[in-house]
Amino acid sequence: MEPVLSKNIICPVCGAACDDIQVKLGDGTIEVKNACRMGSAKFKEVVSSHRLRQPLLKAPGEIKASPADWDAALEKAADILCSAKRPLLFMGSETSCEAHEVGLHIGEYLGAVVDSNATICHGPTAMGIQEAGKVGATEGQKKNRADLVIYWGTNPLESMPRQMSRYAVFPRGYWTKKGRFDRKIITIDPRKTPTTAASDLHVQLKPGSDYELASALLTLLHGKEPHPSVEEITGVSIATLKEMLELMKSCKFGAISVGLGLSSSIGKHRNAEIAMTLVKELNDYTKFTLGALRGHCNVAGFNQIASYLYGYPFGLDFMRGYPRYNPGEFTTVDLLRERDVDAAFVMCADLVCHIPADCAAYLAKIPMVCLDIAPCPTSVASDVVLPGVIDAMECDGTFYRLDDVAVHFEPFTESPFTFTKSNEDTLKQLFEKIKARKEKK
Amino acid sequence: MAGTIVIKNGYVFDPLNELKGDVMDICIRDGKVVRELSPAESKDAKVIDAKGLTVMPGGVDSHSHVAGAKVNAGRQMRPEDHYKTNLKKTELTHSGSGYTVPSVYKQGYDYAAMGYTTVFEAAIPPLEARHSHEEMRSTPLLDMGGYLVLGNNWFLMRYLKEGELERAAAYVAWMMKTHKTYGIKCVNPAGVENWGWGENVNNLDQANIHFEMSPREMIKGLTEVNEMLGMPMPLHLHANNLGHPGCYELTKESLKISAPVKPKQNLDIEWAETKMDLARERSVYLTHLMFNSFAGTSWRDCESGVKDVASYINSVDHVVIDSGCTPFGEATVMTGDGPAIHDLYTLTGNKWSNTDIELECGSGVLPFTYFKSNPVHSMQWAMGLETLLLIKDPWKTIMTTDSPNGGPFTKYPEVMTWIMSEAYRKKTFGECHKWANDRTELGGVNRELSLYELAILTRANPAKTIGMAHRKGSLGVGADGDVTIYALDPQTLNADNYEELLRAFRHAAYTVKAGEIVAKSGEIVSVPEKRTYYSDVYVADAQEKDMLADVKEWFKYYTLGFANYPTPEKYLENPTPIKVNQES
Ligand code: SF4
Ligand SMILES: [Zn+2]
Repeated sequence: MEPVLSKNIICPVCGAACDDIQVKLGDGTIEVKNACRMGSAKFKEVVSSHRLRQPLLKAPGEIKASPADWDAALEKAADILCSAKRPLLFMGSETSCEAHEVGLHIGEYLGAVVDSNATICHGPTAMGIQEAGKVGATEGQKKNRADLVIYWGTNPLESMPRQMSRYAVFPRGYWTKKGRFDRKIITIDPRKTPTTAASDLHVQLKPGSDYELASALLTLLHGKEPHPSVEEITGVSIATLKEMLELMKSCKFGAISVGLGLSSSIGKHRNAEIAMTLVKELNDYTKFTLGALRGHCNVAGFNQIASYLYGYPFGLDFMRGYPRYNPGEFTTVDLLRERDVDAAFVMCADLVCHIPADCAAYLAKIPMVCLDIAPCPTSVASDVVLPGVIDAMECDGTFYRLDDVAVHFEPFTESPFTFTKSNEDTLKQLFEKIKARKEKK
Repeated sequence: MAGTIVIKNGYVFDPLNELKGDVMDICIRDGKVVRELSPAESKDAKVIDAKGLTVMPGGVDSHSHVAGAKVNAGRQMRPEDHYKTNLKKTELTHSGSGYTVPSVYKQGYDYAAMGYTTVFEAAIPPLEARHSHEEMRSTPLLDMGGYLVLGNNWFLMRYLKEGELERAAAYVAWMMKTHKTYGIKCVNPAGVENWGWGENVNNLDQANIHFEMSPREMIKGLTEVNEMLGMPMPLHLHANNLGHPGCYELTKESLKISAPVKPKQNLDIEWAETKMDLARERSVYLTHLMFNSFAGTSWRDCESGVKDVASYINSVDHVVIDSGCTPFGEATVMTGDGPAIHDLYTLTGNKWSNTDIELECGSGVLPFTYFKSNPVHSMQWAMGLETLLLIKDPWKTIMTTDSPNGGPFTKYPEVMTWIMSEAYRKKTFGECHKWANDRTELGGVNRELSLYELAILTRANPAKTIGMAHRKGSLGVGADGDVTIYALDPQTLNADNYEELLRAFRHAAYTVKAGEIVAKSGEIVSVPEKRTYYSDVYVADAQEKDMLADVKEWFKYYTLGFANYPTPEKYLENPTPIKVNQES
């Protein structure tokens, strides 16, 4: 087979959703251009021997699952979900909105809980928005206008490698013809990272003092002097804070990108909220925006479609026949900790590795179905494993970028399976089986 | 047979056919209105006995914020709007939540229960069109379409600056096809680009930063482009300076800009049979007039300027407006006018979301409550009704709340009742702040709209205005079989009995969509497919090629590549292109 070149492919790895990837696919070989190292590695999965290539089923009493027929695996999955009193459907971020939508429909039908990655990553940011609102912009506004870019609790050079090169820092935009040289970069991070090294100012605060730092900045913005103890608490001098605020007030277009370092540390959604309040108030002086660096490719997508279909961004409980939302009650970690769910379906998110050990242990105990592209601790702990199709490579669909712009992706090859075209297709087939069971009764 | 039904003996109000309550049968076959059914067809057809009831074409909302990034930003930031209002799933229908920003299933059912069958989204930012279409596709029971936000678009600002009207037209045509959208929306022209730097524009002749385009030049240019292309609808204008005391002067001046441009609608479609000429007569469709009609110099001395704008509109033929009524209570303000929402944030301190969109436009969202005890809010309530009552010709007005800006569309029954019943207005005057009476003319107005006029404001005129009257807004032969039946007997109707009106408008006795009964006394009984309309605008290949060469060159300023920019048809349910500007 002659290798075939495909252009303008969208990378399904992180929230940057770079759409300029070039792929040359041959017989068992793949060449990838323009992607960063993280991206390239994922594209290699298409030809990887490591892939999950067939459905697996765990026989009663067995520890290891063995290859099974697709139909039998789907039947078992349907059986697990239909037999449960309160199943948890975890719609991971590494697949399309189209798949998420079917998952939400299944959850509504079964009266299940449907949650997604935000619950363990940017959930507090979403809750910060519910407190304060979010004054933001699409990434292109930074590219064309931003002369001050602030990274807060994030290290994009390693977590979203091309965010700086494509969107915020290095590109030559319309009013930023000199690229990096037209911008100042501030990074707020307790650690030293490649990003802090590439910044003009590294504000090295003490871990867990983000809230105090933000409120000191707000105090200064209001023309008052913060209490001197802030220096001790944050490890940042008031002089540095003043320098920083001066840069912020005097820029033409400032943009803050927040990461998990802000919303996962002490203060959680209150940190996100105060950062958003700071940005709102900065707009009395100059143009300022805030956005979250959403790490996983389509983590923003689930929030969007769950919000428009049912009204809440994550952690939706359908038990009463209508959606309910109460983070801390209907969210994955809390449900597992309280042993308040009795079966799970986990799609495209190695959930076992991302939750506290006691929750993971409980998850491994209850009947679980896993849909994923490669073996992982979650698939190992599952009773049924459905092999996943790789979005943006093997099927088309929609992702939402870090800035909530929906992107449509087309594949450069097709599903390696005869029994399913995409994860959306798999979920639709599963839904049919679930309905058939429920309606028979 | 699906989509085949006879609605017998109702009082039919169909303004486009000049039917003013005539008792007759409406026959629908395969989803379309027909003259009659054959005896064989009649045997299988469903029948609704509408004796003693009011029959109108299905409701048409030509301006509502129901789908897309900013609506969803409203949902995401307002869990408090959702906890309180829940909808349980049934065998047939999905669950949902939300009052001012309901989730999509709920909003589709709520509209249908009130008798509406067609709703157009007021603002689609091009880069986010895929998102808007996803939401429209998921909204049940409503035929939809949306307007593309173009008043601060870099390409258009550049082309219009250079006087390259042909290029601008080619670009608009290409954008409509690319994003499957229907008409041109122009929001705070020239001002939203300035908002990219935290600024705005204050008057019609202020050139904006860098592009050096003024609002006047943008409105003029876009009106001309709109008519060059023969678009289905007039330029849809959200004027500058919205929500500021004294803004009514600028509103009037803005409307004058489009006066010299002759409307020239050029559609290649099949027209339903109607008595009235369906050709478009207006060159500008101004939205939410209420929000653009404040007189005075501050919130202390402000008063209604509606009378003045209305008397201008009464004197000309090229303007049509929707009202943007504020029926009191909770709302979520959301608009492509980013700086206007920042002003409201400064005024209220409420939580505030904003999204600026590269090379194209912006938007803002903020929760808001209109209180009867508040002087300005009370005045706004009266102003919204003034827009519909002081403009004499009902064919120049459309009833909206700019949902959910003035209040959610579920408050339409109140607005309909206020414009039909002076007694209901008097009741509300008695409950709200005296500014409603003191600062507006409404107290002296005793006009009460008839059912016929109501049908103009809520069906015939929205459909005619946006160029959808070839199949919506009438019950002429060939029109879509969309019908609302209200439990109102026009013979015994008494406008003083406003409770009866409110009851009837809240839940239509029947809502029929393409010949299927979809709602019955507020309950959803079937969920057939829906359609999405867009304008498929023709321009000559050479003209398009020349424009695209420039557009591709400038795509380097986007963060999404040219190849991935379009919105594929699969984001639409039953995509229905309308051929515009075809070669003859
Ligand atoms: S930055 Fe993210 S989306 Fe872009 S190539 Fe790297 S992993 Fe893929
Ligand atoms: Zn509007």
